[in-house]
Amino acid sequence: MKRLITAASTAVLVLAASPAAAEDANLARNLVANCANCHGTNGKAVPNAGMATLAGQPKEGLVQRMNEFRSGARPATVMHQIAKGYSDAQIDLIAGYLAAQK
Amino acid sequence: MFNRRDFLKAAGATGFSAGVVTLGGCASGSSKAKGHVVVVGGGYGGATAAKYLRMWSNGSVDVTLIERNTEFTSCPISNLVIAGEKTLADITVSYEGLRKWGVRVIHDDVVGIDAAKRSIRLAKQGELSYDRAVLSPGIEFLWDQVPGLKTAEAQAKILHAWKAGPQTVALRKQLESMKDGGVYALCVPKAPYRCPPGPYERASMIAHYFKAHKPKSKVLILDANPDVTSKKGLFVKAWSELYKGMVEYRPNSELRDVDAASRTAILEFDKVKADVLNVVPPHRAGNVVTQSGAKLANNRWAEVDWLSLESVNAKGIHILGDSTLSAPLMPKSGFMANQHGKVAAAAILNLLAGEAPSPEPMMSNTCYSFVDAKHVIHVASVHKYDAEKKTMVTVPGSGGVSAERSALEASFAVGWAKNIWADMLT
Repeated sequence: MKRLITAASTAVLVLAASPAAAEDANLARNLVANCANCHGTNGKAVPNAGMATLAGQPKEGLVQRMNEFRSGARPATVMHQIAKGYSDAQIDLIAGYLAAQK
Repeated sequence: MFNRRDFLKAAGATGFSAGVVTLGGCASGSSKAKGHVVVVGGGYGGATAAKYLRMWSNGSVDVTLIERNTEFTSCPISNLVIAGEKTLADITVSYEGLRKWGVRVIHDDVVGIDAAKRSIRLAKQGELSYDRAVLSPGIEFLWDQVPGLKTAEAQAKILHAWKAGPQTVALRKQLESMKDGGVYALCVPKAPYRCPPGPYERASMIAHYFKAHKPKSKVLILDANPDVTSKKGLFVKAWSELYKGMVEYRPNSELRDVDAASRTAILEFDKVKADVLNVVPPHRAGNVVTQSGAKLANNRWAEVDWLSLESVNAKGIHILGDSTLSAPLMPKSGFMANQHGKVAAAAILNLLAGEAPSPEPMMSNTCYSFVDAKHVIHVASVHKYDAEKKTMVTVPGSGGVSAERSALEASFAVGWAKNIWADMLT
């Protein structure tokens, strides 16, 4: 009986995991590539070119800034328009990947 | 015949190995990918794809880039060279940075591609076999639609300057030699064309030059389109506030032909003689794309699967940038081509590792345009994959244009250029 339950719960786990398997294992990396055109590869901006370096910034701060761009709380020329293109989950992934950059 | 083994040999002979440079990015996932990718065209799309294939695979995928020119010259910012605000050197970047990533850069012309044999033939350096090919050749002009410009002589006199390089400098010289009180006329083709705001930026920057140096001169925009194609309100405002009486905009002015000798644009109901006539002919995907057997829309643009940028019919061939049949509201821009290059690189690495491409690619775009030397306007958009429509669509509520022209955005435009050049080439 115990064996059956284990087998059943494994099946549930497999079922729960399968939609995730169809998703993008490199999603955070790929999303950050959207930022690189202005903010440098992996968020490492060209020095003294007037663009913010995002690599290595604390994740919470990056998420907060994006949220402020989206709400309009933080004035911007273009980032308020770009930030609205990404979901909370995407912003979380982007911020996490950038924060982990050395 | 240049195959994978030859690639490794050649790479070894030039001191290349994965250990030569520090390869960034994370070591998981894509490093399972193995194979040889040949990229044709080292512009915004191709150079980006080449670098990201090397970076994201941690050097496990061999990449050869075929590029005719020995240096990269940027179309974005080239209107500032035409206006005398920048030099060609300011918009030129070496391919050495890509070599440091382990990309084998070959300067040659592609004369043929055989999708079935997975082989690319070069003009001088033989044949290359590939596991996947990336074609990012930019545009080819449809000279048939402007018969008077078919000869090399006519093309040397009536410039397009829509591919940055010698033509950029030549147009600058024509403007410098023009007498004060002359007319500069720019013929804009029907959309879709490369760089939607580009013609209006060029008109603005040439007016900026005239205002300071040849104030009696005139800028005439002969637009085949029914209206200004991009950032209309901001451009029209700049023309009336900065260049009153100097810039004239004529919609629905499709070019039928050109008399090169007299520098005359022949329209349906009118003939316009100019002192400097600048014609951007209608264009299509680059030759390597149209010759590859890839399915084209209207005989002009390649239809791609937006999950991978792979041709809808020519398997193993990925097509980037201006050559693609653009998704709705997606401009033919350098920024966009760079984003195509990254989505294609990620998809190719998955495919070479035996995995499906990401089902949820995202792309963004920002096009900055100078309206004078110190003021800039933008249009921005964010694009996501729509599985039902099987294309990229803009994310509702995102994107937009500048509230007003500003000096702050001029600094961002220059900062953007420096960063995107580094993102693709170093």
